[in-house]
Amino acid sequence: MNLATRWLLPLAGPVGFVLVWWGICEMNVVRPVLLPTPFATFAYMFDALLHGSMLADAFVTLSRAVVAFLIGALLGIPLGIAFGSNERLYRSVEFLIDFFRSTPASALIPLFILFFGISDINKIAIAAFGVFSVVVFNSAYGVMNARKSRILAAKVMGASPFQIFRDVLFFESLPQTMVGLRTGISTSLVVVVVAEMFIGSDQGLGHRIIEGEEVLHVTDMYSSIIIAGIIGYLLNMLFMVTDKRLIHWSAH
Amino acid sequence: MIDEPFITIRGLSKAFGGQVLYGDFDLDLPRGKFTTIFGPNGCGKSTLINMMSGLVPFDAGTVRIGGRDFRSARIGYVFQNYRDSLFPWLRALENIEYPLKVRGVPRAQQRERVDQLLAAFEIKLDLKRRTYELSGGQQQLVAILRALVAEPEVLFLDEPFSALDYEMTLYIRDKLQQVFMETGLPTVLVSHDLEEAVYLADRILLLGKRPTRIVELIRYDTDRPRTIDIMASPEFVATKQHALHLFREEMLR
Repeated sequence: MNLATRWLLPLAGPVGFVLVWWGICEMNVVRPVLLPTPFATFAYMFDALLHGSMLADAFVTLSRAVVAFLIGALLGIPLGIAFGSNERLYRSVEFLIDFFRSTPASALIPLFILFFGISDINKIAIAAFGVFSVVVFNSAYGVMNARKSRILAAKVMGASPFQIFRDVLFFESLPQTMVGLRTGISTSLVVVVVAEMFIGSDQGLGHRIIEGEEVLHVTDMYSSIIIAGIIGYLLNMLFMVTDKRLIHWSAH
Repeated sequence: MIDEPFITIRGLSKAFGGQVLYGDFDLDLPRGKFTTIFGPNGCGKSTLINMMSGLVPFDAGTVRIGGRDFRSARIGYVFQNYRDSLFPWLRALENIEYPLKVRGVPRAQQRERVDQLLAAFEIKLDLKRRTYELSGGQQQLVAILRALVAEPEVLFLDEPFSALDYEMTLYIRDKLQQVFMETGLPTVLVSHDLEEAVYLADRILLLGKRPTRIVELIRYDTDRPRTIDIMASPEFVATKQHALHLFREEMLR
């Protein structure tokens, strides 16, 4: 592949998408009140970012997602490692972990409203719970499936159980832990946006999207969706790059 | 001359899934000698050194190294698969230093000891590299240096050449012989290649089919350093023929 195709090829999809969107608008298939043109949408989006409250809303959503992620990860990683290093302990909580990992966190929103009310803490708590359940599982799994040979190598060199844990098990489980963290940050963003829609709030992209729908301010709704998508994409990219640099050995 | 025993195994028993692998097994391995272990597939050659080094538990019996229980012995161990035994998150140097770090040796002394080791055996390696950036032979060399760095009382190697090409095998074999000559470190190497087993050894431990017994502890006392040329010597050929004959008989049993 030469330079031009390497840079141009990835652009084909997005450009095609915008063209199809534009085409649909031009052909009047959908009423303009439901679907503004891409140009109107992007123009509005930049204006809302620069002069309106879009940036503030995006920041609120992002910070809620990040705080929830941090809480879930900081609780989930140590607990997951503890579960993973003790097979009996893990077996006894395995069902719980699998169950809550499989339960959509959004299904618990009403429950959390009962306990935490419709506060900011609530949105963070429920997203943190979602992050926690996936991080715990992946960390535990990473520890349990660590290659035994390196653990044996450390053991024969006279390493204590703590040294084996710190110098070998931790690194062996890191790739799987990163999988958990990557899934966790996506989960966090999803749950925060859903929570902003349904738990009374006056800020955040979720709130903005649902309000745009209710008052039929669709340009604002589409802009907010795109911004939410950009945040999700950037977070994912950030984790991919971190993953590659941090776990430099996993490709070898 | 009778060998002075260094490793003493008495009444060793080990069963795998109801099948007896070792039953009431006795063995004496000499001090200051290079022993190679050879025998049919599945006779538990690797299991034997794994039990001696505490990597695999056994059901009954005692293993003593240098007069003490094997658990308190300082052991150097080289795994068959360097890829799965080195730590890829560390650089080559940190890998070699790791046994010293475990023992709480100060950093400056760790480095000093590694340099000393490299100089003693005339080994040139880019220790700043990650292990996975090194060739297979270099990685196994790192694994051997790691096994030697903490001044072990005994060195175990589990088919250390099986993942290497022939050129590298010859090179590392000679390095190993050099290490042995300079340190006199009791060395036990599991091999699946009879020629190699005889070439390296002072004593060839020929094992039989399971439940595993000793067929013979064959002596091969040719002077070191040995070179490829000795493989044509009458003594080498005779020892190899003898071992091969015993091995064939064992297979027919």
